[in-house]
Amino acid sequence: MSVLVFAESSEGKFKKVALEATSYGKKIAEQMGTNVVVLTINASDTSELQNYGAEKIIKVTNDKLQNFNAKAIASVIKQVANKENANVIVIDSSANGLFLAPLVAVNLDAGLASNVIEAPSNVNPFTVKRKAFSNKAFQFTEIASENKVIGLAKNSFGLVENSVSSSEEDFTPTLSDDLFTTTSTSVEKASGKVTIADADIVVSAGRGLKGPENWGMVEELAEILGAATACSKPVSDMDWRSHDEHVGQTGKQVASNLYIAIGISGAIQHLAGINASKVKVVINTDAEAPFFKAADYGIVGDAFEVVPKLIEELKKFKAQN
Amino acid sequence: MKILVCISHVPDTTSKINFTDGDTKFDTNGVQFVINPYDEYSLTRAMWFKEKQGATVTVVNVGEASTEPTLRKCLAIGADDAIRVNTVATDGFYVAKQLAEVVKNGNYDIVLAGKESIDYNGQMVPGLIAGILDYNFVNACVGIEVDGNSATISREIDGGKEILSANLPLVIAGQKGIVEESDLRIPNMRGIMMARKKPLNVIEAVDFETKTNASSFEKPAAKSACKMINADNVAELVSLLHNEAKVI
Ligand SMILES: Cc1cc2nc3c(=O)[nH]c(=O)nc-3n(C[C@H](O)[C@H](O)[C@H](O)COP(=O)(O)OP(=O)(O)OC[C@H]3O[C@@H](n4cnc5c(N)ncnc54)[C@H](O)[C@@H]3O)c2cc1C
Repeated sequence: MSVLVFAESSEGKFKKVALEATSYGKKIAEQMGTNVVVLTINASDTSELQNYGAEKIIKVTNDKLQNFNAKAIASVIKQVANKENANVIVIDSSANGLFLAPLVAVNLDAGLASNVIEAPSNVNPFTVKRKAFSNKAFQFTEIASENKVIGLAKNSFGLVENSVSSSEEDFTPTLSDDLFTTTSTSVEKASGKVTIADADIVVSAGRGLKGPENWGMVEELAEILGAATACSKPVSDMDWRSHDEHVGQTGKQVASNLYIAIGISGAIQHLAGINASKVKVVINTDAEAPFFKAADYGIVGDAFEVVPKLIEELKKFKAQN
Repeated sequence: MKILVCISHVPDTTSKINFTDGDTKFDTNGVQFVINPYDEYSLTRAMWFKEKQGATVTVVNVGEASTEPTLRKCLAIGADDAIRVNTVATDGFYVAKQLAEVVKNGNYDIVLAGKESIDYNGQMVPGLIAGILDYNFVNACVGIEVDGNSATISREIDGGKEILSANLPLVIAGQKGIVEESDLRIPNMRGIMMARKKPLNVIEAVDFETKTNASSFEKPAAKSACKMINADNVAELVSLLHNEAKVI
C-alpha cells in the first residue's frame, strides 16, 4: 500500500499546487501508516519535493509528454499506481488536474472526491471534507471503493514543510498511440501576467468603476501587490474586461490569501466564487452593500479616491519592507 | 450529427442552502430549481449546431420525476427530445455510468455537458463518461467547431487557452465562452407549447455500485464582523493587512 501524488510541473518547475498536493499526500500516508510516492513528468530537478515529505520520487522523462495530454498522463498514473501498489491518488485542482482526475478514477475503478479541503477526518471508513454548493456548504464524503482519487482544492491544506531524504527512480511507461487521439495544436498564454489560478492576492473590480477606461488604477494596485486582476460578471459581459477575469459562481473560483473587491456589490453569485479566499477587503460607496457582511476589512468610500490613496500607502509600505 | 446534452437540475444560484435529517439531506423546501448554468452554455452551443449544421439534440438527466420541468425547459429552448434516467443521482460515478449507457445506446457523436454542476461541484461527470466509453474528452471547453468527423476545440488553461483537435465521438465539458452570455435563450410561448408535445422518454437505471457516499453536510462557521476603516485613514488598512491579517 502507498499514497501516490501527481506533482505537475511547468517548464521543469513545480507549481505551488503540486507542493501542496505533496504535503497532503505525506499527511495521508502518515495517517494510513504507509509511504508517499510522488510522480513527476519531465521535471529534471525534483529536489524541492524533498522539503514537503516526498519519500520516493518517480521520474518519467518522455518527449511525447511534452504537451499536457490528459489521457496519456492518466495512463502513466495508472501504471505507476499499479507498480507502487498505491490505492490513494492525490491530484491538484489546476486546470490540468481537474481534466485528469476523472480519467484516473476510471482507469483505477476508483471513487473520486473533488474539492477536498482537509486531511481525511478518518481513514477507515475513508472520509474527507469537501466544498459543495459553490462554497455555501461543506460535504463529508466517504469513499468506499478500494482505490480512491482525491482532488485537492487549491490553497486549502497549505504547504507543510517536512524535510525528508528521498529516493529517486526512473520509470519508463508504455505509451501506445491510441492514448494520443486528442492533440494540442497551440497554446496562447499571456506571459509575465500573474494568473488568478496561481495568485496569492487578487484585486477585483466591478460595475462601480463605471467603464473600462478606469481600470488603470486597478492594474497599478495589482502590480504593486504582485496580484492577479479579476472582475465581476457584468464587467466581463459588457466586455470592459476579458472573460478570463470573470470570477464567481459561473466564472473562476478564487482561493487566494487576499481578495480586494472594489466597486462590487457582493451578490450571492459573486461571493460563491470568492468565499474560499482567506482575507477579504471591500471598498464600496454604499455602506449597505452586501459584500461588507462577507468581508474582513471594509472601507466605505469612493473607489476613485480610496484606491489612489491605497496605492500611495502601499508604495510607502513596500519601500520600507 | 447526433448531440446529447447532459442536464443537471440544480438549485437556483440565489438559493439559501440548508440541510435536514440531522444535516444528512439537502433541504429542497422553497428552493427553485434551474438548468445548471454550465449545462445551459453547452445546450445553447448544441442549438447552434442544430440550426447551422443540422444536428439533432437530445437532452438527458439522471434523476427523479421532479426534474422533468427542467427537461421541458430544455425542450422549450429547442432540444428535439429528452431522456430521463429514473433514479436518485447518488454519486458522480453512478451518474456517469448511467449517462454512458445512454450514449452507447444512442450512438451520439458529441456529448456536451457543463464543466461542473453548481450543487455538488463534482467537476467529474463529463470526464468519467469519456473514460468509461474511451471517447475523446476536453475539459473546460470555451469553443468548439465541428467539420465532418473532426473537431477543433479550445479549452481554458491556467492563464490562457489551448487549442486542440480530436475526432468524434467526443465528450465536451463546457463553460462560458462556448457561447456568450448574450447567446443564452429564454424559451418563448411557441417553444413552451411545442415542448409539451416533444417526447420525454423515461428509462430505468442500470445496476452499479456507488463508490462514494455523502455522509453529512456542514455550513460554514458564522463570520466575525467586518472591521471598518475610515476612508481618510487608508494607511491603517495597510497596517492591518500586514500586522494582523499577515497577507502582505
Ligand atoms: C445565474 C447567474 C449567475 C451569476 N454568476 C455570477 C458570477 O459568477 N460572478 C459575478 O460577479 N456575478 C454573477 N452574477 C451576477 C450577480 O447577480 C450580480 O449582478 C453581479 O455580481 C453584480 O456585479 P457588480 O457588483 O460589479 O455590479 P453592481 O451590483 O452594479 O454593483 C456595483 C457596486 O459598486 C458600488 N459603487 C458604485 N460606484 C462606486 C464608486 N465610485 N466607488 C466604490 N464603489 C462604487 C455600488 O455601491 C455597488 O455596490 C450571476 C447572476 C446570475 C443570475
